Amino acid sequence: MSDQTTSAPPQRRTFLMVLPLLAFIGLAVLFWFRLGSGDPSRIPSALIGHPAPQTTLPPLEGLQADNVQVPGFDPSAFKGKVSLVNVWASWCVPCHDEAPLLSELAKDKRFQLVGINYKDTPDNARRFLGRYGNPFGRVGADANGRASIEWGVYGVPETFVVGPEGTIVYKLVGPITPDNLKAVLLPQLDKALKAGS
Amino acid sequence: MIAEAGHYALVLALALALIQSFVPVIGARLRDPALMNVARSTALAQLLFVGASFIALVTLHVNSDFSVANVYENSHSMKPLIYKITGVWGNHEGSMLLWVSILALFGGLVAAFGNNLPLSLRAHVLAVQAWIASAFYLFILITSNPFLRIANPPIEGRDLNPVLQDIGLAVHPPMLYLGYVGFSISFSFAIAALLEGRIDAAWARWVRPWTLVAWIFLTLGIAMGSYWAYYELGWGGWWFWDPVENASLMPWLAGTALLHSALVMEKRNALKVWTILLSILTFSLSLLGTFLVRSGVITSVHAFANDPTRGVFILLILCLFIGGSLSLFAGRATSLKQGGLFAPISREGALVLNNLLLTVACAVVLFGTLYPLAMEVLADFKMSVGAPFYNLSFAPLFVLLLLAVPFGPMLAWKRGDLLGVTQRLLAAGVAGLVVIAIVWAWTRGGSALAPLAIGLGVFVIAGAVTDMAERTGLFRLPFATTLHRTRGLPRSAWGTAFAHAGLGVALIGIVCETTWNSEYIATMKPNDVAQVAGYDLKLDGLLERQGPNYREMVAQFNVSRGGEALSVMTPSKRSFTTRGSSTTEAALLTRGASQLYISLGDVTADGAIAVRIYHKPFVLLIWWGPVLMAFGGMLSLSDRRLRVGAPKPARAKQRLQPAE
Repeated sequence: MSDQTTSAPPQRRTFLMVLPLLAFIGLAVLFWFRLGSGDPSRIPSALIGHPAPQTTLPPLEGLQADNVQVPGFDPSAFKGKVSLVNVWASWCVPCHDEAPLLSELAKDKRFQLVGINYKDTPDNARRFLGRYGNPFGRVGADANGRASIEWGVYGVPETFVVGPEGTIVYKLVGPITPDNLKAVLLPQLDKALKAGS
Repeated sequence: MIAEAGHYALVLALALALIQSFVPVIGARLRDPALMNVARSTALAQLLFVGASFIALVTLHVNSDFSVANVYENSHSMKPLIYKITGVWGNHEGSMLLWVSILALFGGLVAAFGNNLPLSLRAHVLAVQAWIASAFYLFILITSNPFLRIANPPIEGRDLNPVLQDIGLAVHPPMLYLGYVGFSISFSFAIAALLEGRIDAAWARWVRPWTLVAWIFLTLGIAMGSYWAYYELGWGGWWFWDPVENASLMPWLAGTALLHSALVMEKRNALKVWTILLSILTFSLSLLGTFLVRSGVITSVHAFANDPTRGVFILLILCLFIGGSLSLFAGRATSLKQGGLFAPISREGALVLNNLLLTVACAVVLFGTLYPLAMEVLADFKMSVGAPFYNLSFAPLFVLLLLAVPFGPMLAWKRGDLLGVTQRLLAAGVAGLVVIAIVWAWTRGGSALAPLAIGLGVFVIAGAVTDMAERTGLFRLPFATTLHRTRGLPRSAWGTAFAHAGLGVALIGIVCETTWNSEYIATMKPNDVAQVAGYDLKLDGLLERQGPNYREMVAQFNVSRGGEALSVMTPSKRSFTTRGSSTTEAALLTRGASQLYISLGDVTADGAIAVRIYHKPFVLLIWWGPVLMAFGGMLSLSDRRLRVGAPKPARAKQRLQPAE
C-alpha cells in the first residue's frame, strides 16, 4: 500500500499518515462520553408503562412482623398506592450494600415497599432480613425465579416503581446507591406520588 | 505477610520499570553502552519481581487466606486445588497481574535472547516495554490492588463464579494474554524503529518470530475460548459475535496481516511504513480489547459493580500509548525510506491483497463492535449488532480471502505468472468442484450455499497440498529427488501449507455445523428414548451427587445406534451453594469429528427433565483448523529461530535497489 502512495504528492502522504491518529482521536472521544454511562441500569425496560405482572407469590416462610406472618406478594395490593418493588437475594452481594438504604426508604409512609426474594432459601433470606431489619410490608418468595422473569429481571438487585394503577413506572437495574437514590429513584417516586394524588 | 511481600515486589517492579523507561533511552542518546545495557538487567529483575508477586497471589489463593479481599471474593476453601489456582486470573485484579507478568516475561525474553540485536535497538525496545509496564503497574497499584487486606477476615470465601470453574478457564486466559501481550514486542520494535528513524529487512527478521509466537498463542487462545463456550454455556454455540469475543478477534486479524506484511518486508524490503503501522495497530487493538472488557464501556450483564476510575485510568493508558504511537507515526513515518518495487501480480501483490482483506475484515468487526456504542452517544438509541451483520459483511470478505489463499504462496516474488499458477491449481479446483457435486447429491436440506462453501474449504486444503507437491516435485520427479527436496524444503514453507490448510479445515467445520446441525428439545422421563440423527438416546434415570463445592443432578443416557450400544452419556446440572447459582455440564460424545451433545434444563413437577440434544456433524473441525494453523506457526518458528541473526548474503544487493 505504501508503495502506491510514494508517487503521490508529499502532502497527501502526510495526510494518510495522520489518518490513523485522527481515527483514534474520534474513538477516544466516543469512549470518553460512554465511560460511566456504560452500566446496564440504562437499558430501557420494555415493561415501563405496562401493567405489572399479575403473578402472586407465596409469603416467605416463617418471616414474622409483630408475631404475624408477613404476607406474600399479591399484585392486587398495588391498587391505590405507590409501591417500590425490590428484587433481592441473601446471596447477592450488592443487595447487602443497598439494604440500609431500603430501611431508610421504609420510614417514608407515602409508599409501600414490596420484596421479591429471588432464588433463595427461606432460612438465608430470614437471616438477611434479621441482620439489616425488614423494610418490606410484603415479601414474596420466588424460589425458582419464574415470577422474576415475568418482571423482566435479569440480575439482582433490581428495583421497580409501580404506580397506584398498578403500572410499572420506573425500573432501576443494579443496587440502590446514595447517588442514584437522590438523582433518580426519589424523583421518580415523587413523580409517581404526584401522578397518583 | 505473603500479601505484603507480593505487594512490595510489585512496587519494586514498578521502580525497576521506571529506571528501564529512562536510563536506556539516555544511554542511546549518549551512545553509552553501559547505560544502554541497564535495560537488560532491569528487564530480567522485573521478571523476577513480578513473578514473585504473581506467585505470592497464587500462594494466597491456594492457602485460602480470606484476610485478602481478592481471595475472599473469588475463592472458597472447598474448591478443588486446580480452580484455586485458576481462580487467580478469574477476576479483574488477578487477571491484570497475569497481564503484567506476561509482559515482564516477554521483556525478559527479549533481554535474554536479544544478544544479536543492535545495542541501541535493544535499549529502545526494552525502554518502550518498560513504558507499557510502568503504566500497567501503576494501574494495578492504584485502582486494582489484588493484595488488599480485609480488617475483619471472614471464615469462608464467596467462591469463584461457577461458570469459570472449569479446565477451559485454566488455559484460555493465559493463552489469550500471551497473544495480546506478545504483540507488545512488535509494537515496541515499531516504536524503537520510529525513534531511531531507521528500519530495514533485518528489523523485520527480528520482529517476525515474536509476532509469530504471539499469533500462535492468540490463535490457540481464541479456539480454546470458543470450545469452552461451546461445552460450558450449555447451548452448543461456539461463536456469538459478542463484543468480548470481537475484542480478541480484531488483534488476531491485524496480527495475521502483520505476519504477512513483515514477510514482504523481510524478503523484499518493501511495505515498511505499512508494517510499522500494522505493528502499532495490532497492539493497539489488544489494548482496546483490554479496555472494552475491563472498563464496562460496553453494556454487559457482568458490568454490575464497576469502578469508574478504572475505566478512566485505562482510557488514559490507551490515549497515551495508542495516541502517542500514532502521533509518532504521523510525524516520523514519512521520513522512512521506501523499499523495493513489485508488479501487482506477484507474491508481494498477493500479500498486499491479503493485508487489504484482513484489515478491512478487522475494520468491519471494529465497526460492528463500536456501532452500538456510537449510536448510543450520538442518537441515544440502544441496539445490538449480531450475526446477520457479520454474515453479510465479514463472510464475503473471508470468501474472497480464501479464494486467494492458494494462489499466494505459488506466485513468484516481484513478478508472478497468474495464468501458470491457475493451471497448477487446476487439480485443486477440480477437487473442490467434485466435492461440491458430491455434497449436493448426498445431502438433503440446508442452505444451497453450504456445498459451495465446503468446496471452497476443500480448494484451500487442496491448494496447500498442491503447493507442497509442486515444491517437492511429487509425481513429477523421481521419488528419491522428491524425498531429497522434501528434506531440503524450509520448515516455513511447511508452516505456510499447514496454516493455510487449517483455514480450509475450520471453514468446512463451520459450514457443516451450522447447516446440518440437528437438535431435539423435549422433556423426558426415565426410560424415554430420543432419536437424533440416527442415534437412540435412552434416559436411564436421574441421580443426585455431591461434589467438593457443589451438588449435582446427573442424568444417565444410554446411547445406541441401530440397536448396538455405544456409550453412556452423563450430562449434569451443578448448583453451587455459596453463590446460589448453577451451571449445566454438557455431556459430549465424540464420533470421528462429529459430536453428540446433551445439556439439561429444569426438572418439571412430575419428575420429567427438560433436555436439549444436539448432533453436530464435523463440529470438531472448527477447532482442529486453528490447531493446524498454530502447528503451522510453530513449524515456521522452528525454522526462523535457526536463521535469526544469520547474515544474509542478499543484503549488500538490497542497498543497491533504485531509490524512488
